[in-house]
Amino acid sequence: MSLKGYKDLPEGGVIPERGNSVLYKTGEWRSMKPVYYPEGCVHCLLCWAFCPEPAIKVENGRMLGIDYDHCKGCGICARECPRKEKALQMVRE
Amino acid sequence: MASLKELSALPEVLAPGHRLCAGCGAPIVVRMITRAAKGPLVVANATGCLEVSTTIYPYTSWNTPWIHTAFENAAATASGVEAAYHALKRRGKVDKDINIVVFGGDGGTYDIGFQSLSGAMERNHKLVYVCYDNGAYMNTGIQRSSATPKGANTTTSPVGKVSYGKRENRKDLTEIMAAHNIPYAAQVSPSHWNDLYQKAEKAFAANGAAFINAFAPCPRGWRHDTKDTIEICRLAVDTCFWPLYEVVDGKYRVTYKPREKKPVTEFLKAQGRFSHLFQPGNEEVLEAIQKEVDRKWEELLKLEELSNS
Amino acid sequence: MALETKQVAMTGNEAVANAIKQINPDVIAAYPITPQTDIVQYYSSFVADGQVDTQMVTVESEHSAMSATIGASAAGARAMTATSSQGLALMHEMLHIASGFRLPIVMPVVNRAVSAPINIHCDHSDTMAALTTGWLQIYSENAQEAYDNVIQAMRIAEDPRVRLPVMVCYDGFITSHAVENLFLLPDETVKQFVGEYNPKHTLFDFDSPVTFGPLVLPDYFSEIKAQEADAMRAAKEVILEIAEEFAKISGRKYGYYEGYHLEDAERVIVVLSSTAGTAKEVVDELRAQGEKVGLMKPRVIRPFPAEEFVKALSGAKVVAVMDRAETFSTQGGQLFTELRAAFYEAPTKPLMRNYIFGLGGRDTTTAEIRRVFEDLKKDQERGSVDRKVTHLDVRV
Repeated sequence: MSLKGYKDLPEGGVIPERGNSVLYKTGEWRSMKPVYYPEGCVHCLLCWAFCPEPAIKVENGRMLGIDYDHCKGCGICARECPRKEKALQMVRE
Repeated sequence: MASLKELSALPEVLAPGHRLCAGCGAPIVVRMITRAAKGPLVVANATGCLEVSTTIYPYTSWNTPWIHTAFENAAATASGVEAAYHALKRRGKVDKDINIVVFGGDGGTYDIGFQSLSGAMERNHKLVYVCYDNGAYMNTGIQRSSATPKGANTTTSPVGKVSYGKRENRKDLTEIMAAHNIPYAAQVSPSHWNDLYQKAEKAFAANGAAFINAFAPCPRGWRHDTKDTIEICRLAVDTCFWPLYEVVDGKYRVTYKPREKKPVTEFLKAQGRFSHLFQPGNEEVLEAIQKEVDRKWEELLKLEELSNS
Repeated sequence: MALETKQVAMTGNEAVANAIKQINPDVIAAYPITPQTDIVQYYSSFVADGQVDTQMVTVESEHSAMSATIGASAAGARAMTATSSQGLALMHEMLHIASGFRLPIVMPVVNRAVSAPINIHCDHSDTMAALTTGWLQIYSENAQEAYDNVIQAMRIAEDPRVRLPVMVCYDGFITSHAVENLFLLPDETVKQFVGEYNPKHTLFDFDSPVTFGPLVLPDYFSEIKAQEADAMRAAKEVILEIAEEFAKISGRKYGYYEGYHLEDAERVIVVLSSTAGTAKEVVDELRAQGEKVGLMKPRVIRPFPAEEFVKALSGAKVVAVMDRAETFSTQGGQLFTELRAAFYEAPTKPLMRNYIFGLGGRDTTTAEIRRVFEDLKKDQERGSVDRKVTHLDVRV
């Protein structure tokens, strides 16, 4: 990727963008990954509340799965899941 | 009381792709606190893990206006933002009601930012200051701060032949903030998300300065498994190492009283930074830590009683 | 058009406080320090009496004064502060951040010696230590100039080609506390002159949020600094444009420097601020005796108008640069070393010598200035300077 020249950058080092870090894929950091089993999920959304990224996909109050582009594999979601291995399981990448 | 379903429908202020470590407690705090701001939100950030990891140029994880100037002055910077808000609103250049939240780590809040925080609280600017307290300078590599608990092994309070780690007790910043006679001060933990969210709502609604001290585990610095972040928060609360309480216009309210107060060793033994304390010879240190936790907890219960009588 | 103007007797600080009142900025965050204190006091009274509707933040330190001013400015407010000496030193870290963010903050700095030993009187060691912070620096000889410079600085700082902060410097006590006759412009004229502030990015733009102050690594850092350097270069022409506009409303002309009997002068003193007033007196006296002496009083030293300064001094045979700050380079003060370096490419160079003078408020009277001109005369006759750097009026 060619970087912009100095005259083309916004003044003062500001980033006039909204949350463009989504373009940066932290999913590559993962050594373990959470695997989601929808049939075991009760949609309590604790995984979503405790996710540091956020990398839990939620729509209309329902858990939809993991955003693997950004999930770093910390394992908090699986650890805190009240359904334990029925809904979320950590497996080696 | 909001449900997680309702909270999940609120705008997400922090975008993924930030480069905080896996299992970091800080962004969990940020995500929940910022949801409680009803309406437009400006974030000010002290230098630290959260600041560097969320704004690595040309990327930003912030979906809302954000400012970082330096380490020791997030509260002063936010004071200026708040002043600008009043001025521009008065002059018809801003029409919205704006919320301001400040995030600083314990280094930027308890230590180097202590003066500017005290100033901003005394001036009673309408802003919410949130300290994400991970009990050391984690961004520079785990150096002790005045928030580091007694006995913790850090790179500047290392365990050695004649050292059991940090010798001193933590500074009780929440108490010091309450002593500024601000409308709202509270202590929260991400494990108790509902308590945290409700306190954040009160903080944003306060008629002036509000301070929230948020427990924020650091798996790297505390040496625990990344998956255990929330569990360690729970242990901190259940051992009364990190009591959940609020001070509203001078009145104390302990918002969570564990049915059974666990021994502090349960919190300590879950973390590598305290593992040396369980070696023979450090029994007295463990005792002293327990004694101090008990003393502070009893004091808190008395303050609750006194301030409400 | 006849110029409307009002003659008043005021101290420098009162004049500057009045300039700020006429600008009526959105936010002022300030902390008291001698000899700047009156500015903060006057302004607090203006606020208390409802003469201005500025939001004033009485911060707990100068570091926080500059931090809050930066926060306000980034939020889109016209924001100002003022300081001196230790205060400027304490906010040093934030000076870089104000300029790095390209925020058009205007700050009067009432020059005072920096400790130790502690001293409350004038020298320029405070602002000289801030030359590399990315701020413009404009120096004022007297209350009138301080007043005029504050008003012009607002326009220079906010010009889209510049967007850099500006220090307006004047001498502690000598100018800040002495009562002088000066002319104030009508409020409406100043209001029209400074106009509305139109920030480029603000924290209150929720439709397109901006991140201020991200972590910039080696891949972009140099580019952002190069932009800043460009803006400083651009400030040069903006300063003259604004001065020309200001002359139209005030009748007072400003440039990069003021020359006094400079055109045919063979022996020239270069000195900033109030001492230039004393030097003018001596120039008049010596001119009356037929001596070809002159004075150059730089007004702007950031950006450093090297070409113009060299041109202004091109006819001189011997030049004494007087620095009111010791910089411990052992090679002379800041003004001397920069001016001397500016002559490196010049086809003809005058002899140059340096005087470090007036530290910690030591009076520099016509007698000392006369002595400097006597030294220059001997140098000219000898064809060389006998001493490169002299501490003027120091007991041995």
